[in-house]
Amino acid sequence: MDTMPRPTTISPAAWGRVRRSRYMADRALKAVCLLFTALGVFVLGWILLMLLYQGISALRPEVFTNTTPGPMTKGGGIANAIAGSFVLTFLGIVVATPVGVLAGTYLAEYGRGSKLAEVIRFVNDILLAAPSILIGLFVYTLMVQPMGGYSGWAGGVALAIIAVPVIVRTTEDMLRIVPGSLREAGAALGAPMSKVITKITWRAARAGMVTGVLLATARIAGETAPLLFTALNNNFWFRADLMGGVANLPVMIYQYALSPYQNWRELAWAGALVITLTILALSIVARLLFRKETAR
Amino acid sequence: MVALSQKLLVTSMDKPSRRSPSFNSDQIFRLASLGSALLVLIVLAGIIGSMIYGGLPAFREFGLGFITSSVWDVQRDEYGAWVAIVGTLTSALIALVIGVPISLGIAIFLTQLCPPWLKRPIATTIELLAAVPSIIYGMWGLFVFAPLFAKFVQIPLSGLVEGLPIFGTILYARVPSGVGVLTAGIILAIMIIPFIASIARDILDQIPPVMRESAYGIGCTTWEVVRHVLVPQVGVSIIGAVMLGLGRALGETMAVTFVIGNANRLSLSLFDPGSTIASRIANEFNEAIGLQLNALMALGCILFLVTFSVLVLARILVARATVK
Repeated sequence: MDTMPRPTTISPAAWGRVRRSRYMADRALKAVCLLFTALGVFVLGWILLMLLYQGISALRPEVFTNTTPGPMTKGGGIANAIAGSFVLTFLGIVVATPVGVLAGTYLAEYGRGSKLAEVIRFVNDILLAAPSILIGLFVYTLMVQPMGGYSGWAGGVALAIIAVPVIVRTTEDMLRIVPGSLREAGAALGAPMSKVITKITWRAARAGMVTGVLLATARIAGETAPLLFTALNNNFWFRADLMGGVANLPVMIYQYALSPYQNWRELAWAGALVITLTILALSIVARLLFRKETAR
Repeated sequence: MVALSQKLLVTSMDKPSRRSPSFNSDQIFRLASLGSALLVLIVLAGIIGSMIYGGLPAFREFGLGFITSSVWDVQRDEYGAWVAIVGTLTSALIALVIGVPISLGIAIFLTQLCPPWLKRPIATTIELLAAVPSIIYGMWGLFVFAPLFAKFVQIPLSGLVEGLPIFGTILYARVPSGVGVLTAGIILAIMIIPFIASIARDILDQIPPVMRESAYGIGCTTWEVVRHVLVPQVGVSIIGAVMLGLGRALGETMAVTFVIGNANRLSLSLFDPGSTIASRIANEFNEAIGLQLNALMALGCILFLVTFSVLVLARILVARATVK
């Protein structure tokens, strides 16, 4: 009898304790996770509401038509900064898209299994997360110093360098999803590899690739640090040849928000609202586009 | 007619092969894509090269003392990186301490606890938080968060800990303005949360549901499933995700520049203003000439080395886990 394990070694009270501690740990985990998620959503809501509140009160029609004013003067807007931001982002994405798409194509189609492709993929992932201010310093040394001054071209190149890794990554990922049988079917018809890629794989992966370009646009539209030393800022319209400082929203917001002048600060809020809404709209469109295409 | 068609035939025979032009464009396309891919390598090499080229005069002038000296005096043209290095590491560390538990909580909520209909809206919201430009976080931090932080945390806490041995230094605000290293760390935490959370969510989603289901089947609670099934499975890649977040926090510029106070002062108090490498470059680069410019480039060089090693380590950890 004594050798038999007795079922009463664990008293009912101890059972209760064990159960309660498991129950408590579980409850605590669930509560904490819920709390943290609520916190994340709350902070986004807070930031957006603050932006709407401050931005809308500063948003007047002339904000979109006038150029940036001097300190403490009435009126004035951010038309030159909006246009400049548009030009710089456009320049960046026009340079980055062909390079990024072709590089992504190399990684997904030509470089499968090669050591070189593996190295490039690794480096691309590093660039994807590299501090953007370092890219500003790089383009400063590469273009601003030799050309003797700030320019929109340098700003565009700096933004392109930030956009390329994003496009490379999404292009490669999207091309990899395309089933190999499509490529084989093209090759069986005697199409050379470049035709198979441009006419078949690119077409099949089009939605994903467009999503990548849109996400890259959203990413570079709000970048400030790389523009600080390349395009800088300007209180006037940019020159047609894009030499000299080019007004742009992010740097304008940075300079005006930290200024002591009330009218500048208001314009900074207006600019912040414009740029955030643009970027959020771009990201949402990119997501919807991708979802619609993959759902088919 | 016959002669003409024969002539055409002859001319087409003259060409080496009908496929020749398309073969050439094939080669061109191949070379163009290879060239674009190599451009990625060239950019990285260019970044390294320009940092070393720009920073070398400062390293030559001050030697290793550049890293350990905390002097940053534009008048006397003497520069040291120590304060900025400490500020960078401290603010990034604070960001991790605050941000990592919250990000993991969100990832666990989204993958394990969330009702399916709520999954997509929350995941999208968190991802949109990552798309908000960093200057917006900076403005929010400076104009909204810092005043509240000063009023409800700094002032009461400073009163509470005044005179206490350790806490009296670390958590004492001489000037309770709301800006400082701790504020920068909190803003950085908010910025890296969506980033770490979405990677961690992807990693957790990769675990085969059967593992979880069998654990639940033998009566495990959610906590036990997380602790004994999920964590052992993906622990390494979660650490990789955290290090990716650390890479972000180390190099973040604009938000930190708004809220850290930009002072070159080594202080033991987390409430005191300081500066990070990135914020100092952003602040001073445009007015810098001569040796100051080189010193800022040298700071950039140090920042590059630190973030580069963190990111390489992170990628290796994440890659190793996904290969398995």
